[in-house]
Order: sequence, then structure tokens, then C-alpha cells
Amino acid sequence: MKKELTIFDKPENVKKVRIVLYVSCAILFICDLFIHKHGHFAWEEWIGFFSIYGFVCCVGLVVAAKHILRTLVKREEDYYD
Amino acid sequence: MIKTVPPALIFILGAFLIPFLRGKVKSAYLLLLPVLGFINLINIPIGTHWVINFLDFNLVLVKVDRLSLVFGYIFHLIAFIAILYAIHVKNDIEYWSAFFYSGSALGVTFAGDLISLFCFWEMMTIGSVCLILARKTKKSYAAAFRYSLIHVTGGLFLLAGIIIYANNTGSIEFGYLGLNGLGTYLIFIGFGVNCAWPIIHAWLPDAYPEATIAGTVVLSAFTTKTAVYVLARAYPGVEILIWIGAIMAVFPIFYAVIENDLRRVLSYSLINQVGFMVVGIGIGTEMSLNGTAAHAFSHILYKALLFMSMGSVLHMTGKINGTDLGGLYKTMPLTAVFCMIGAASISGFPLFSGFISKSMIITASGEGSYYIVWFMLIFASAGVFHHSGIKIPYFAFFAHDSGIRTKEPPLNMLIAMGITAFLCIFIGVYPYPLYSILPYPEVAAEFVPYTASHVITQLQLLFFSGLAFTYLMLSGIYPKEMRAINLDSDWFYRKGARAFMWVVDNPLAQLSNQMEKIFLDYIPRSLAWFSRNPLAAGKIASDNIILYLSKMLNLAHPEQVKKRINREKKIYPGDIIKHWPIGSTVVWVTLFLLVYLLIYLLPHWDSNGSQGGHLKSVTASAIAHQSQADDQFDTELTDF
Repeated sequence: MKKELTIFDKPENVKKVRIVLYVSCAILFICDLFIHKHGHFAWEEWIGFFSIYGFVCCVGLVVAAKHILRTLVKREEDYYD
Repeated sequence: MIKTVPPALIFILGAFLIPFLRGKVKSAYLLLLPVLGFINLINIPIGTHWVINFLDFNLVLVKVDRLSLVFGYIFHLIAFIAILYAIHVKNDIEYWSAFFYSGSALGVTFAGDLISLFCFWEMMTIGSVCLILARKTKKSYAAAFRYSLIHVTGGLFLLAGIIIYANNTGSIEFGYLGLNGLGTYLIFIGFGVNCAWPIIHAWLPDAYPEATIAGTVVLSAFTTKTAVYVLARAYPGVEILIWIGAIMAVFPIFYAVIENDLRRVLSYSLINQVGFMVVGIGIGTEMSLNGTAAHAFSHILYKALLFMSMGSVLHMTGKINGTDLGGLYKTMPLTAVFCMIGAASISGFPLFSGFISKSMIITASGEGSYYIVWFMLIFASAGVFHHSGIKIPYFAFFAHDSGIRTKEPPLNMLIAMGITAFLCIFIGVYPYPLYSILPYPEVAAEFVPYTASHVITQLQLLFFSGLAFTYLMLSGIYPKEMRAINLDSDWFYRKGARAFMWVVDNPLAQLSNQMEKIFLDYIPRSLAWFSRNPLAAGKIASDNIILYLSKMLNLAHPEQVKKRINREKKIYPGDIIKHWPIGSTVVWVTLFLLVYLLIYLLPHWDSNGSQGGHLKSVTASAIAHQSQADDQFDTELTDF
């Protein structure tokens, strides 16, 4: 039997992944200051537009799905049986 | 020049040979069919071929142009990959329906007229239903039944539209239709059912997760993409498609977030991705149509890869719900990597296939200044990363350790996933081969996906979506996976059909019972009773009336009348002959004859005069006819 992977069983490895994510996010955000973005709309050139829009969208998406959609449409698994 | 045949024929006829083969020959044959089909396809020159005259219509079995070719190529490619993925399966029905179905999809793709298009369209329904039935579970039977009902209904819309269109224009050529006239609207809706438009989309997340493991991979490639193809051919630039597509791109991601069955999550994200393509069709510029074709191409690959990785999980563990899975990276690392490549592609990470095709559509929406649509598409891009890019791999392979210890799937499945994963990266890194086969290659050649601005903005969007996911998980806001189902628009026909059946079973059935009693039992019995001796029956009836009246008016002797009725009923029908002396019979017969005579004569009373007129006119026309014949005879004589 092949040895199984346990890399993410250690909390410090998971923490490393998270740190990589945070650092990448920070670098990408700072990129806006140096790289001129050219889009079709004015707001595409605002600093941090895509970062903030992406974050807000995802939080909004999950909150809406959890609190609005789920309360409306969730049923027991045997609902149709 | 190699002798070629219509592309659909190789698959459809080839399918019927499958049950007769065994063992290695069969496996080789199955893998060879798509390869043969592909060689055949690249040898068919651009243009129309195999034109058959049928009932005064010209059926064009094959019309090859750049748009149909893109879809033809990818359909062959994915058929090969799906068969390789399924080559260990011992179920002829699955193979047969996979080839019959994908062959019909090729038939639709290359159909040059509406009649053959319709025939292949319906054959696709048959093939796809068989792929769902092949799972052989109670749930899959029910889902297949609902699936076929929806698609047959859609097919009827299409058929009605084609008939009206052909009647109005006299042409059955399949080309640009546009929305003008009832016929084209009906065809539009018929296509829309297969394209999983909002509200008529529920068949997709309902049925795909119930199909067989490989069946879902095959299904994910053809039905919606042929619909995208026919819409791109017949309705490019139809504005409403932009909005339909934008809604398709947005609403399924909400469902995907709360859905537990991971293959159902992928079904929702399939609708979301097809939404991008539909937007591209609606914008209708050369850039956006290129985007639609390119996105269909790369989408088929990464969607198949995702379905294959989830299929492997289902195959090895027997489980597919997010609540039951987790920690599988420990024992299925390769599958996990393939899944993440598919996830990165669908999310549109730079260097993966989704990036180089989706950005064309988003750019086209920007060029057209559709800013609301643009916002919706960017939202959908972030959302798809959230549920397909993160949720699928995270809940299957990471998250909490479910305790499941398994192995990698069979080698053929791994190879199939490996090839697809390679293609996803290859297209992402080096998109130019794909760009060169798009409908408008000059426009595609000018499109540069990898500009600093493109890459940075896309990465910002994705990384901050990932950050949002991390934040939501750590703070506990992220909704837990739950064992539950989520209602969708199929509720209307699943519950509606039950309500309909209740109405049929209860009020309608009772009504029909009553009607049966009255018309088949009560009335004939009374008539039979009455006709045994009408006179005596009439006497009983009149006595009953007398009884009723005497009771009501408080007259004397109702008891006597009652006794008489009882006596009459007892001896009924009695001796009929005794009461009918010959004399009175003759009187009756005479009377009836007189009535008949009156009935016969009365309607003719007034029209006597006109009858004579009719006679006159008949005579006159006969004379006229005769003289005409004489004239003719005379002229014939002179000719002679």
C-alpha cells in the first residue's frame, strides 16, 4: 500500500497556504498602482476595482444563497418521493 | 481523395455493431470509431454535400463551414475521451447510446436543412434518455422520464415552428432565421429548451446527476452545445439572447453554492457557462461569435474533466454528496490534481483554457457597451470560481477528513483525465491553434488574451474571490453542506403533475363513474323496463303522479292509489297481447302512418314553387351543356 499524503493534516501547512494567499492578494492589489489598466469602462481603471468587486460579489453571493435562496427552496431529501 | 460519408453515419451506424463484438476487439473498435470519424470529417471539403430530394424538399445532410467545423472537431475529440474514460464499463446500452447520441449531435451540427435537423434533434433525445436509463436506478428512471417529457415538448415546439416557417417561406434551408414571424419564434423556443434557458433549465440539474458515470460526461458535452451551435447559426445578434444568457450566467451560481450533490453543482455551473456563450450569440459581433465558439470548445473539455474527476470519486467511493466526502487528496492525489486543473480552467485562470475564451465574450460585451451585462458576467466569473473552482475540489478532496480511504480510479479513467487536463493547459498556454479554427480567424488573430491588464484584473478578481471564501470559511458564515434538496422550476411540473393526477384520480374519475352508471346502466335499464309494456308503464307513471298530487293536495284515498300501483308493479309487464285487439292496433298503425306522412309533407309545403324552379334550371343547364358539346363536335369536325 502506497503511503498516503498527509500534508494538510498539519495546521502549519494550512497556515502557509493561507499566508501565500494573503501575500498574493496584497501584491495584486498593489499592482494597480503601477500597471495601467485599459478597459472599456471608466471604472475598470479605478484602483482596486476588480479586487473589491470580486470580494464583495463572493460574500454577497454566499450570504444571499444561504439566507435567501436556502430558506426559500430547501426541502427534505425525500420531498418528491 | 478519400471517399467520405456523412459524419453522423459513422457514429450512428457504428453504434449498432457494438453488441456483436467482444473483449479487446470491442475496446479497439470503440476507440477507433471517433478517430475514423475525425479522419472522415477533415476530408470533407467546405460546402454542401449529400443532397437528397424528399417530397419536393432538398434535404442537405452535410453542410460544412467554419462554424460547424469547430463543433464537429470538439465533438469527435470529446467522444474519444469519454469512450476512453468508460472503456472498462461492461454495458452495451451505455456505449450504444453514447454513440447514437453523439452521432445525432454531429447530424444536427452538419444539417443543412430544417427537416434533417429536426430528425437528428429527436434522435439526440432518444440517445440521451438511454444514457440516463443506463444507470438503472429508480431515481434515474424517474429523471429520464421527466427529461424525455421536457425534450419531447421542446421538440414539438421546434417541429411546429419548422412547419410554419416552411409554409410561409417555402424554404427549409437552415441558415440565419432571426426573430420574425411565429415560426421563427417557435423554433427559437425549441432550441431554448435544449439550451437550458432560465425556467426551462430544470431538466439539466435534474437529470445529469442521475445518469451513469461516463454518461454524464457525454451528456455534458452535446445537448447544450448543439443548442448553442444552432442558436449561433440561426439567431446571431438577437438582442434578447444577451439578457437570457446573462441571467443564465448568474442565477445558477446561487443554487450551486447551497447544493450538496457535487455533480449537481457542476450541472448548475454548466448552465452558468452556457450563459456566457448565449451572451456571445446575442451580441452577435464577429468577436463575440468567435468567443462563443471558442468558449464552447474549451468548456466542453474542462466541464468533461470536472465531471470525469467527480465521476471517478463516485466510481471509487460510491458517494458524491459534499456531506459524505472530504480528505480524498490523501488517496486520490492524481484525480485531485486533474480536478483542480478543470477547476482552474472553468474559473478562467490565466494559462488555463477558460481564460482565453471567456475573455473574448467579456471583451465583446465591453466593446458593445453593455455595461449591466458586463457587470453580470464579471459577477458570474467570480461566482463560478467560488462554486466550481473552490467548492468542488475543496469539499471532495480537502475540507474535513471523511475517513474514506480508497485508490486512484482505473488507468483508463486516469489517462482520459490526463489527456483532457493536458488539453486544458495547452489551449490556455498556446491558444492560437484554437483561434485559427474559429469562424472569423482574422478577428481571432488580432485578439490578444495575455495583456498585462487582462491578466492582472482577472487574477485580482479570482484571488479576492478566494480571499472571500477563506474569510467566509474561517468566520463560519459559509453555509454548511446539508443533506437536502433544493427546489427548482421542475417543482412546477413535478408537483403540478401530481396535482393533475389527483384531479384525474378523484373528481374526474368520480364523474366518469357517475356517467357510466347513468348512461350505461340506469338509462338502458329503465328503457328496457319501459319498452316491455309501454302502456302499463305509462299507467304506473300516471298513477304515481296521481298519488303525488293526491298527497300534495290532501285528497282522500292516497292509500288506494298506492295499493293499485303496487298491484300494477306486481303484474308488470303483464300479458301484453290480451290488451291489444286487432281493431285498436289497426287504428294505432293508421295514426302513426298519418304522423309520418305529416312529418314528411310539412317541410316541403312552402318549397313547392322552388322545386319547379330547380327542375327548370337543371333542364336549362343540360341544354347549355349539350350545345357546348355540339360546338366542340363542330370544331373537331372542321379540324378533321
